[in-house]
Amino acid sequence: MSKFKKKKGGEVPAISTASLPDIVFMLLFFFMVATVLKDNDLKIQNNLPKADQVTKLEKKDRVMFIFAGKPHEKYRKQYGEGARIQLNDRLSEVSDIRNFILSERAARNPELEKVLTTALKVDKDAKMGLVGEIKQELRKMDALKINYTTTKGSVID
Amino acid sequence: MARKNREAPPEVNAGSMADIAFLLLIFFLVTTTIQTDQGITRKLPPIQPELDDPPPIKEKNIFTVLINRNDQLLVEDKLMDLRELRQAAIEFLDNGGDGSCAYCKGARNEASSDNPDKAIISLQNDAETSYKAYIAVQNELVAAYYFLRDRECKARYGKTFRELEAMFDDPKTKEAQRNRIEPIIKDIQTLFPQKLSEAEPKRN
Repeated sequence: MSKFKKKKGGEVPAISTASLPDIVFMLLFFFMVATVLKDNDLKIQNNLPKADQVTKLEKKDRVMFIFAGKPHEKYRKQYGEGARIQLNDRLSEVSDIRNFILSERAARNPELEKVLTTALKVDKDAKMGLVGEIKQELRKMDALKINYTTTKGSVID
Repeated sequence: MARKNREAPPEVNAGSMADIAFLLLIFFLVTTTIQTDQGITRKLPPIQPELDDPPPIKEKNIFTVLINRNDQLLVEDKLMDLRELRQAAIEFLDNGGDGSCAYCKGARNEASSDNPDKAIISLQNDAETSYKAYIAVQNELVAAYYFLRDRECKARYGKTFRELEAMFDDPKTKEAQRNRIEPIIKDIQTLFPQKLSEAEPKRN
C-alpha cells in the first residue's frame, strides 16, 4: 500500500474566495480616492469649445469657476432664452460677480489670493458680448488671471 | 473541569463581504470623473486711466485680427481662413524688419514688424461673435507664440519651451532644478513677449 494514497476521492477542492474582498476593496479604495463628487449642478448648457494649446489647471484650491451659457431647457420658462452666468449653484447677473469674487477670496487662504485663477467655463455658442462683460468685471475686481476652460481637440472642424 | 474536546468557533463566512464591497465599488465607479480642467490661460490687462497721448505705435507693428458677427476672420484688412492664421502670425512676429533681432528667421520685410518686442497682435471682436470662434482664434495666436518660443528654446537650451514650462509647473520638480529653469523661461519670454492686445468689443 502506498503511503501517499489519497484519502478521499479525486474531488477538486473549492477555490477559496476569501481574498476576493481584498481585491475588490483595493479597487474600491482607488476609486474612492480618485472620485470627485460633482459639487454643483449646472442650470445652463455648457458645451465647452475645443482647443489644443492648453495648460492644465492642477490645483483646485486656486481656481474659482464662472459658468456661462443658455439656461437649460427645463429652466427656460423661468429664466428665458438669453445666455446667463452661473456662480456656484444659482443663475446670476454680471453685477453679482463682484460679490462672488469677494466671497471666494475671503473663503481661501490669504496667500493664495495673488495666484487665484478664474476659470471661465463658457458655452461655445455664447456670444462674446457676455464674455466681454465678465472680463470687464474681473478687471475691475483685479482678478486678472483667467483661464478659458476648453476640451482637448482641434479648433478646425 | 477541562473541556478538552471543545471545537474551535465556526469560521465567519466572508462570502458576502465581496458583495458589499462590490456594491460600494460600483457606486464610486459610477460617480467618478477622473479629469482635470484644462484651458487657455491668459492674463487680463489691469484697468488704467486713459492716457491723453498714448505712445506712438507704427502701423506696421500692429497685426490686426478682427472677428465679425458672422465669425469671419479679417486679418490686416483681408479675409482669411482660420487655417492660415497661425502661419500668418508666425511670419509677422518672426519678421525682424529693422535687423535688430538676430534670432529671427523671417523675411525681414520692411513693411512688416520691426522686431518681436515691438510686434503687437491686436484682437478685436464683435459683441455678436461666438465664443467658439473667439477661442479658436486665441488658440491659433497662442500656438504661434509657442511655436517661436519652442524653436528658440530648442536652439539655445536643447529643450522646448513647453517641456520646460511643464517641468516648472510639475510639483515633483526639485527646488534647485526649478531655480535653474526659471531664468531660462524668463529669457525666452523676453525674446518673444506675448503682446496680445484685446480691444473691448464693438457695439453697433
